[in-house]
Amino acid sequence: MAAAVFPSPPQRRDPAWWGRVFWLLAGAVLIWPLLVLSEFKPWVLLAPDSLTPALRFLADFFPPRMDAPFLLMVAQETWRTVAIATAGLALALVLAAPLAILSVRVLSLSGMAGRMAAGPAAVRYAVRGLLVVLRSVPELIWALVFVRVVGLGVTAGVLAIALTYAGMLGKVYAEILESGDAHATISLMRNGAGRLQAFFYGLLPQNAAELTSYTVYRWECAIRSSAVLGFVGAGGLGQLMDSSMKMFNGSEVSTMLLVFVALVAATDRMSAALRKALG
Amino acid sequence: MELRLKRVSARHPAAHAAAAPALDALDLAVASGEQIAIIGPSGAGKTTLLHLLACALQPSSGHVEIDGRDPWRLARRELRRLRGELFLAPQVPPLPPRQRVVTAVLAGRLPRIGLGHSLRSLFYPTAIGQADAALARFDVADKLFARVDRLSGGERQRVGLARALVAQPRLLLVDEPLSALDPSRAAQAVKSLVEGARGSGATLLTTLHDVPIALRNFPRIIGLRDGALMFDLPSAEVTPARLEALYAQKLEELQGVGAFDEPPAAKPAPVIMQCR
Repeated sequence: MAAAVFPSPPQRRDPAWWGRVFWLLAGAVLIWPLLVLSEFKPWVLLAPDSLTPALRFLADFFPPRMDAPFLLMVAQETWRTVAIATAGLALALVLAAPLAILSVRVLSLSGMAGRMAAGPAAVRYAVRGLLVVLRSVPELIWALVFVRVVGLGVTAGVLAIALTYAGMLGKVYAEILESGDAHATISLMRNGAGRLQAFFYGLLPQNAAELTSYTVYRWECAIRSSAVLGFVGAGGLGQLMDSSMKMFNGSEVSTMLLVFVALVAATDRMSAALRKALG
Repeated sequence: MELRLKRVSARHPAAHAAAAPALDALDLAVASGEQIAIIGPSGAGKTTLLHLLACALQPSSGHVEIDGRDPWRLARRELRRLRGELFLAPQVPPLPPRQRVVTAVLAGRLPRIGLGHSLRSLFYPTAIGQADAALARFDVADKLFARVDRLSGGERQRVGLARALVAQPRLLLVDEPLSALDPSRAAQAVKSLVEGARGSGATLLTTLHDVPIALRNFPRIIGLRDGALMFDLPSAEVTPARLEALYAQKLEELQGVGAFDEPPAAKPAPVIMQCR
C-alpha cells in the first residue's frame, strides 16, 4: 500500500536546488560591484571618531524636551504642517481628479465597440504625459523653485505638494479606476449615459473605498514630506526641526519625532475608520 | 423601434480572428412593438445578437438598420441619442455593490436627464416614487433604500429589470432575465417585463433558457443555433420536433428547465412533453 503511494524512494533530491544556488551566487556577483561603486562602507559608522558624536547626539534624545513654551511652539508648527499637507493635497485633488477622469480608458465612448477613435486616444496620451511630468519632479525641487518665486514660507510648501501629488494621485486614481470591475460603467454608457454620468453612477461607487484609502495614505505622505520641505524653508515642523538639528539639540528633535509618530498613527486610524464607513 | 438585419455576421470582440463567427449571415426583421423570445442552446449567439441590436457590437459584415438607419454610419452624437432610446439589460445585473438600490434603479433614466439633474439626484433621489413603482412590479419594493451588496442574486436580477422599466426605452433587449429566479418569481418577472413593454409600446427582445415560459408569454419565437437562424415562427407553430432539432445533442438544456417549470409526472415523461 505504502509502495503504491510512494512509488520511488522518499530520499530523492529537490531538482530545483542547483538552480537556486546558482541564482543566489549570480545575484551576489552582480551586487558586489554595485556596492563598491556606490562606496557603501557601513563599518565607517562604527569608527570611534564618528561613533562618539553620533552617540552623544542620540543620548541627547532622552528625555525629550517637554517644557510648556516649547510644546506650545511645537503645537503651532504641527498645526501649520498639517495645514500645509491638507491644503497641498486639496489643491492636488482639484488638479488630479479631472486629469484622472480624462485619462481613464473605461470612460471612452468610442472605445466601447472596437478601437478608440484617434482624437480621444491622443488626448489620453497627452494627459498621461502631463501626469508623468508633474510627478517626475520631486516636491523638494518644486519647493526650492517656489521659495525663489514666492519667498520663504508655507505657500511654497503648499504649491510644491500640490504639483507633485497631483501627478501621483492622477496616475494612481486612473489605475484604480481601470483595474476595478467596469461592467456597471460600460452598461450605463451602452444605454446612452454620458461619460460623466457613467462616472458618477458607475465608476465612482464601484471604486470609492479604494480611492478614499489611497487618498488618506497620500495625505499621510504629504504630512511627512511637508516636514522635509520645512528644511528648505517652506515652513512648519520641518523648519523648526532644521534649526534644532543645526544646534545638535537632540531632546527637541526627539519631541518632534514623537509628534510625527502620533500624526502618522492618527492618519492610520482615520483611514481604517473611513474604509469601514464606506464598507 | 423597427429593426432589420441583412446578412449580418459578427464575432465576439475577444474571439480569435480565425474562430468561427458567433453569428453567420443572419437575416431578421422586427416590426415596432413586437415581443420576441430568442431561444437556443448555450453558445448559439443569442447574447451576440442582442449586442448587435443594442449597437454595442459592430457587425463584421452585413447591415444593421434601426428605424431605417445604419447606427454605425451615424455621427457620434446621434449614435449616443439612439443608444439612449434603447436599453440592453445584461445577464449579470450591472450594479456597483456599494450603490443603493434607489440610485441603481434611477440610473436607468440617465440618458433622459442632464448631468446637473443626475448629480442632484445623487444628493437626494429626485424620482423615488418612480423607482418604487418599478421595484414593486418585480416585488422588491422593500429593498428601495438597501445597498446592492446586501441583496441576494435573485433580488439583484430583479433590481436590474426594474432599472430597464425606469429607462422607458423604445427598444428593450433583455439577456436571460430569469437565470437567478425561482419559477414563481420568473413567471411574475416575465409578465411584468411584457406588460411594461406593451404599456410603453416598446419593442421587446428577450433571450430565454426557459422554453416553456418563452412559449407561453411571447407571440414570436426565434430559434438560434451555432450562429444561424433555425426557425422564426409564431409560438403556436413551434412544435416539439422543432425544439428537439434546435437542442439536438444538448437536450439536457431543454430538459433541465422544462422539468423546473412543470411538476414532474409520476412516471418520467418524454422530454418534449414538458415543453408545453
